[in-house]
Amino acid sequence: MASFSTTATINEPEISRDDRGTPPPIRDGGNHDGPSLPDYGTRLRRARLGLFVALIPVLMLFVSFTSAYVVRQGLPTLDPRTNNFVRDWIPVELPRLLLLNTFVLLVSSMSMELARRQIRARSMMETASMGPSISVGDRIRVPWLAMTLVLGLAFLFGQWTAWNQLAANGFYVSTTPSSSFVYLLTGAHAAHLLGGIAALFIAGVASVLHGPLKTRSIVVDVTAWYWHFMALLWVYIFCLMKFAG
Amino acid sequence: MATHESGLPGVHEHAAPQGFIRKWVFSLDHKVIGLQYYFLALAAVFVGMFLSLLMRIHLIWPTAALPFLGEIKPETYLSLLTMHGTIMVFFVLTTAPQGGFGNYFLPIQIGAPDMAFPVLNMLSFWTTFLGFIVLLAAFVVTGGAPLHGWTGYAPLSALQSAGPGEGLGADLWITSIAIFCIGALMGALNFITTTLDMRAKGMTMMRMPLTVWAWFITAILGLLAFGVLLSAGILLLMDRNLGTSFFVPLVTVNGQLTGHKGGSPLLWQHLFWFFGHPEVYIAILPAMGLCSQLLSVFSRKPIFGYKAMVYAMLSIGFLGFMVWGHHMFMSGMSPYTAFAFSIMTMGIGVPSAIKTFNWLGTLWHGRIRFTSPMLFAIGFVSLFVTGGISGPFLAQPVLDIYLHETYFVIAHFHLIMGVASIFGIFAATYYWFPKMFGRMMNETLAKLHFWLTFVGAYAIFMPMHYSGMAGQLRRYSQGTEVAWIKALTPIQVFISIAAFITIASQFIFLFNLFWSMAKGKKASDNPWEATTLEWTTATPPPHDNFGGHTPVVHNGPYEYSVPGAPRDFVMQSDPEIKAAH
Repeated sequence: MASFSTTATINEPEISRDDRGTPPPIRDGGNHDGPSLPDYGTRLRRARLGLFVALIPVLMLFVSFTSAYVVRQGLPTLDPRTNNFVRDWIPVELPRLLLLNTFVLLVSSMSMELARRQIRARSMMETASMGPSISVGDRIRVPWLAMTLVLGLAFLFGQWTAWNQLAANGFYVSTTPSSSFVYLLTGAHAAHLLGGIAALFIAGVASVLHGPLKTRSIVVDVTAWYWHFMALLWVYIFCLMKFAG
Repeated sequence: MATHESGLPGVHEHAAPQGFIRKWVFSLDHKVIGLQYYFLALAAVFVGMFLSLLMRIHLIWPTAALPFLGEIKPETYLSLLTMHGTIMVFFVLTTAPQGGFGNYFLPIQIGAPDMAFPVLNMLSFWTTFLGFIVLLAAFVVTGGAPLHGWTGYAPLSALQSAGPGEGLGADLWITSIAIFCIGALMGALNFITTTLDMRAKGMTMMRMPLTVWAWFITAILGLLAFGVLLSAGILLLMDRNLGTSFFVPLVTVNGQLTGHKGGSPLLWQHLFWFFGHPEVYIAILPAMGLCSQLLSVFSRKPIFGYKAMVYAMLSIGFLGFMVWGHHMFMSGMSPYTAFAFSIMTMGIGVPSAIKTFNWLGTLWHGRIRFTSPMLFAIGFVSLFVTGGISGPFLAQPVLDIYLHETYFVIAHFHLIMGVASIFGIFAATYYWFPKMFGRMMNETLAKLHFWLTFVGAYAIFMPMHYSGMAGQLRRYSQGTEVAWIKALTPIQVFISIAAFITIASQFIFLFNLFWSMAKGKKASDNPWEATTLEWTTATPPPHDNFGGHTPVVHNGPYEYSVPGAPRDFVMQSDPEIKAAH
């Protein structure tokens, strides 16, 4: 900020990077590298930052559902036949299948992590080789990405089956407030997981089409963090329904 | 069009598009997207204003038959009220300051070539646009637009049979809000990532212009608030269409049980106002940042207490999440809870007063240039104080219970959230128009516009305080047949006439805007002699903002009248100033 003094010293201007001179010292904060293509590290950092910021509203959505869950659970309702206030919260017996689905999703999270590390290693090897003389694709690679995709789809199919089991037991979306929340929470989680599956699908298609490795690496990296978040979120939702329902 | 691996996270550089569609419709350029947001808000504000015109006509001539519309029925009045509030809050006050000016100028002011995620930026605009179209569609479907107010209180909003407009119209209203939330969240994500990761060298957080701070804090508020509104909207749609009972208790409509039971209308209010109160700050924080900027530029003085301004905005943002309950004093909440919300609400007065004090401190002994943007900035301060001063009245439960359903509240929130924010938008338009379009706006018309709007706004809303205190109830479509309200009709007539004149004067602005684009005087690169980075680049800015040059920042954003400096302003990218003490 300006200071009210009588004289001022003006230093020589520093040379901007686009002059190809010595880059000026970075004081703090600013990281932008100029109009040229950001390097892999910058792009990865930016993508991760964007993802972590994006997770905040997802978290807020489920925090909001949780608060509604807790409030609604404790509300009495008027019974018109007896004119007394009663609780209409009937706990839902969750299908055992949900346990298996939880296991599938946790395994998919592990395979996703392995896929992330695999493609990151390949990307770093490509950077280190700086050219086509060193092959980075000769080793047989476990298709972790495809496995994650299959496990993710299996989880969604399992959730759908669990919905059908709930319905077969007489618990529909409007049967009781607890069943409303079961459908709501599982449905909202599945919708978010579908986003992760779409990202995996895009990465897979890019792989088949031999898209740039670094780009795929970034997509897989942020999808992996998202996927882990989805797995944790599901564990939280399952515990909420199981132990607080 | 991409010069490299495009459409990917973290990639922001893209070649200038050539075709009309890619350049002006599905553009990735933050400047074009900013203009798209701005013109969307401009269209929305005229729709919203037209609806308020119809309401004001109806209030003083309740039986008048209007061309094409006929006589306005009470339920139609409620629809007008609902759509006016929704359009103004979401598609004007949230869209123009943040989506419009924020998109255009945040990257330039921090020295970045674009937003962090250009594709997401484009999607956020088109999502918002879709939300607006869906909302407007509510006018033309069977039953018409909803009548539950912009706050959508359940159970009125949750029952399709609750009234005309609560059928498909209400579904469209909720869907529109949900779509808007998704667009706003995408925008907030971009604003935060761009601010944190793409600042030019030397642009430390404490060198950022207060406009950037305001957009940044607003984005954080949006990130935390819109997810909650989205969740409430999902629950409401489920209540309406899937038979759930989140918000609907055991209730009858026309003597028939609805089939719902056990839900809580108050749960809706809690969720809605957890979003709704921060929304007030989402609307006004960008205007606060901008007016801080303008008061410094046109007083030729550094902003008084830069750090205090930053911390005050952060405090306002934080406290904004702690006070939602003051909208619910009427709900029968525990007096202890009400007391806590009351204290927190009055606590917001502290950072607000700090800001006001600093604005006055900036003006004090300044060499003030009374340009049109400066007039609107001073007008903003005036309206902020006038609208804000009634806040502590309403923050006290015992007073609020009397005033809550009256015009006093209408006066309060229109002045503080509506008109003050709109003045921020006008100030921003007059200030940045030369940079955006390369021409100056007509100053005479601008000043005429200012005085008519400034006087008009006070003429409309000041009398509402008195009619509210006298007991005039809001949301009532007619007061001419109710004895104690009938006595207040002359005030309503005065307000309506003031509104007609004020609305008409907005066409001066509209004419000036479009006329100046074509015929305005050519603008130089820095016509206001300001210091921030947007004034270092060409007018209008090139596709990559700085024409291949990367700015390096050496100075703070408000270096005016620095002793010993060759000019009375030192730009942020000028050589570093080291003032001798």
